Amino acid sequence: MCGVFILFLVLVAVFADPLSHLIGWGPTQQDRATGTTADGLPVGPGRIHLLGADQLGRDVLVRLIYGARVSLVVGVSAAVAAVLIGVIIGLCAGFLGPAVDSVLARLMDVVLAFPFLLFAIALVTVVGPSEPLEIAVIAFFSWAAVGRIVRGQTLAIREREYVEAARSLGAGNLRIMVVDVLPNLIAPVLVYVTLLIPISIVFEATLSFLGVGIIPPTPSWGNMLDDAQQGGLYQVAWWFLTFPAAALVLTTLAFNLLGDSVRDALDPRTERLFAK
Amino acid sequence: MLRFLIRRTLTGLLVIWLISVVVFAIFFIAPPNVAFLLLGKFQASNQQLVEQVTAQLGLNKPIPVQYWDFLVRLLHGNLGYSYYSHEAVTTLIGRALPVTASLAIGAAVIWVVSGVLIGVLSATHPRSIRDRLATLFALTGLSFPTFVLGLILLFFLFYKLHLAGIDWFPGSGYIPLTQDPWQWFLHLILPWVTLAVASMAVYVRLARGQMLEVLGDDYIRTARAKGLSETRVTFRHALRAALVPIVTQFGIDVATLLGGAIVTEQVFGLNGLGALSVSSVVNQDEPVIIAIVLLAAVFVVVANILVDILYAVLDPRVRLE
Amino acid sequence: MTALPHGTSPAAAATAAAAAAPASTDDDDALLTLDDVVKHFPIRRGVVIKSEVGQVRAVDGVSLTVRRGETLGLVGETGCGKSTLARCMTRLYPLTSGRITFDGRDISRLSPRAMRPYRRQMQMIFQDPYGSLNPHRRIGSIIGDPFAIHGVADGPERKRKVQELMELVGLNPEHFNRFPSDFSGGQRQRIGVARALALRPKLIVCDEPVSALDVSIQAQIINLLQTLQSELGLTYVFIAHDLSVVEHVSDRVAVMYLGKIVEIAERAALYGTPRHPYTAALLSAASVADPDRAAVRQRIVLHGDVPSPIDPPSGCRFHPRCPKAQEICSRVQPDLVPVLADLPTHVTACHFPMADGEKLGTAPVEPADDRPPGTGVW
Repeated sequence: MCGVFILFLVLVAVFADPLSHLIGWGPTQQDRATGTTADGLPVGPGRIHLLGADQLGRDVLVRLIYGARVSLVVGVSAAVAAVLIGVIIGLCAGFLGPAVDSVLARLMDVVLAFPFLLFAIALVTVVGPSEPLEIAVIAFFSWAAVGRIVRGQTLAIREREYVEAARSLGAGNLRIMVVDVLPNLIAPVLVYVTLLIPISIVFEATLSFLGVGIIPPTPSWGNMLDDAQQGGLYQVAWWFLTFPAAALVLTTLAFNLLGDSVRDALDPRTERLFAK
Repeated sequence: MLRFLIRRTLTGLLVIWLISVVVFAIFFIAPPNVAFLLLGKFQASNQQLVEQVTAQLGLNKPIPVQYWDFLVRLLHGNLGYSYYSHEAVTTLIGRALPVTASLAIGAAVIWVVSGVLIGVLSATHPRSIRDRLATLFALTGLSFPTFVLGLILLFFLFYKLHLAGIDWFPGSGYIPLTQDPWQWFLHLILPWVTLAVASMAVYVRLARGQMLEVLGDDYIRTARAKGLSETRVTFRHALRAALVPIVTQFGIDVATLLGGAIVTEQVFGLNGLGALSVSSVVNQDEPVIIAIVLLAAVFVVVANILVDILYAVLDPRVRLE
Repeated sequence: MTALPHGTSPAAAATAAAAAAPASTDDDDALLTLDDVVKHFPIRRGVVIKSEVGQVRAVDGVSLTVRRGETLGLVGETGCGKSTLARCMTRLYPLTSGRITFDGRDISRLSPRAMRPYRRQMQMIFQDPYGSLNPHRRIGSIIGDPFAIHGVADGPERKRKVQELMELVGLNPEHFNRFPSDFSGGQRQRIGVARALALRPKLIVCDEPVSALDVSIQAQIINLLQTLQSELGLTYVFIAHDLSVVEHVSDRVAVMYLGKIVEIAERAALYGTPRHPYTAALLSAASVADPDRAAVRQRIVLHGDVPSPIDPPSGCRFHPRCPKAQEICSRVQPDLVPVLADLPTHVTACHFPMADGEKLGTAPVEPADDRPPGTGVW
């Protein structure tokens, strides 16, 4: 069910261009003739604009479609990047002994103690908003949580007899980390990726909502909601609040459900069942 | 215990110091045009005046010296003056802090108490309607971005009710507790709920999972066999063991609290630290940003030390070393 | 020959000549020689600067020799330092002090990199057949690990070699692609044996290889190890706490107590005429299969618990629990020396070694399960 929705979302994002052609409006195209009423208010859902138009007469449906693309690209790449960094640093911290560990663990503490949204806003304001920067910022503040958990798992695995067995065979640190420790982390890491994606999507939307994410007029769900909030516009144009909010909530819900089923499928208890 | 506190305080100070370095470094990489901010567009063309201001603020000194000056000032409790409003940073923060504190503490109480309670109640009756509802609530709550929830609450509970002639919930603003406790409460209900729901969902799941695990343990069966009431077994015996990971989670959540506060304050028009930080970032008001970041870091570090102490209280096996 | 006595006590002087003769032959016969090997684990504490507040003296001055082709049994209670000693022998732990000579070369200070060629020649079999195999890897890849690590064989050749090994240890080579969880405990231990054999090592250190297995399976694994020894000319160090298993497999047996070797002898001598009171006590508590022997045996009940290796007793470490202890035992640490001048292979570290047929502060035989709880037989 959630898989179907996510697949649908991916397809929509991939075929955003042909879809918008089909609908007949571009993502930033302003329909001054029929998109707004005589007194400048956006028109509601109807034949011309299926899900209504915004304050500039832009088609909400088309903007939602392009927003899906932003959410997926930013959400997935930030989550993957965060997990990669987190796994590498957590693995090194847990495996390479107390000296490396104390440095890396402290580093994770610092990142986790950062008021990250504030910091993200500060950074984006100073450097100037862009999509790659947004991905970097989200990844930078998400990896430490992954790193901490990977470190904990690695510390436990490090004491297992099969690691000792590998050492007694003459395997070096790198080989043990890659061949013996990493496979044990695949299950939790997969779970983190699926759970980090919705978190990153929300993070992206929040940054865009606060005006430091995707730069208008490029549509993203977050800046659409920001537009809706401006001047209480959503009070007269409910579709302007409802559709981006629904898209955002349904997407995160779908990914959360997916993460849940991934976790169920890879439950650590099943591993314990195998091992004992 | 004392040894532990000393160590944690020292590492905490280290963390805070590192954060101050990072924040300072950002403004070193891309320094704001301070003179421009202070003098305004017209006077900024007066080169002599600009240099005078820059020198006054010590901004012409090398960055390490600036940093050192900043540390010295900090130790004297002087956080500097806003480039933008020219007020003392301590005054600005002093004005904003009660708002954010009211928001954060109230929300935290709501999410911990109700999250744990719902989690426990669903764990005692696994797979019942009650349990399924709780799970559904948790998943939905988890999927609602804070600002979306805030906007939706505003739309229905403020605007729609307002249209219907019912003004239960004010749409924005903050009334100090000392001025009118009832109005303070009314004004904060929606922000509290907004900030609490996402975290509450996490606690529901955590509490439920932990309780399910603990309730299967032998000592719980023993407690039941002794003839203790189910309520006592649940809350005195099982919950105590289940609380440890919940406390861990709380330590993590403290760090995200300011982020949630920024968004919530933005939606509900509260002039707290979140709003202050956003406006000072937009205005490139460096002293204010640094002060808020440091304050937040101190808050996180202190909260984490408290969490560790709480561990030892909950779990006698944990020795603070 | 076995011990390398160092330091001389009056008792040792008399027999030094006899003991020194075989011990000093650092000849081809010795495959592995430990010389005063010490392993202490530091206990650290501190706020910023960690200071060492104590040490766990897990292995505290062990000297012994393993001869080519023999099986040296190593027995002792849980926590006496056997496993630590095994990991010192194979250089999995860095030594605190002492010297290890393998095949004539000093390996005690080699870096992990420099150790690699030696790792091909000394392997370990681990106690836990569940813990010692990575549950996430196929057994073909686990057994092939030594080839991969040492770059010996690749691709189809590696697969062929792995399957040969599987056949050698009695596994179905078709099961190449299965996971450890598909196998029983005994089969898993066969996997561990195959992995240890892969590079045709000279020495295999078996750290309690059967204590996690059912008794019926234990015999299979032990028979496998013995067959492999005769076929491949292996040398074993066989660690166990089960005396009857050690008696079955070993040529010589060393007894360990609190980080020290207290007695080493040929198997028959050790089991027939134990010289150290601790060995005698251990033997008396072991279950005896033969009912006639069981009926006449005397059980020696030791009092008190095993002392902590953090703060071991002075003098002879066994003295607080020893029925024969005298004043000197708490003062002077006895050396590991031959008991009888004409039998240099039987050495013990005791001021008052037991005479032939001596009975030790004995207790009447009771049914095993009738033991009063907590009296600390051990």
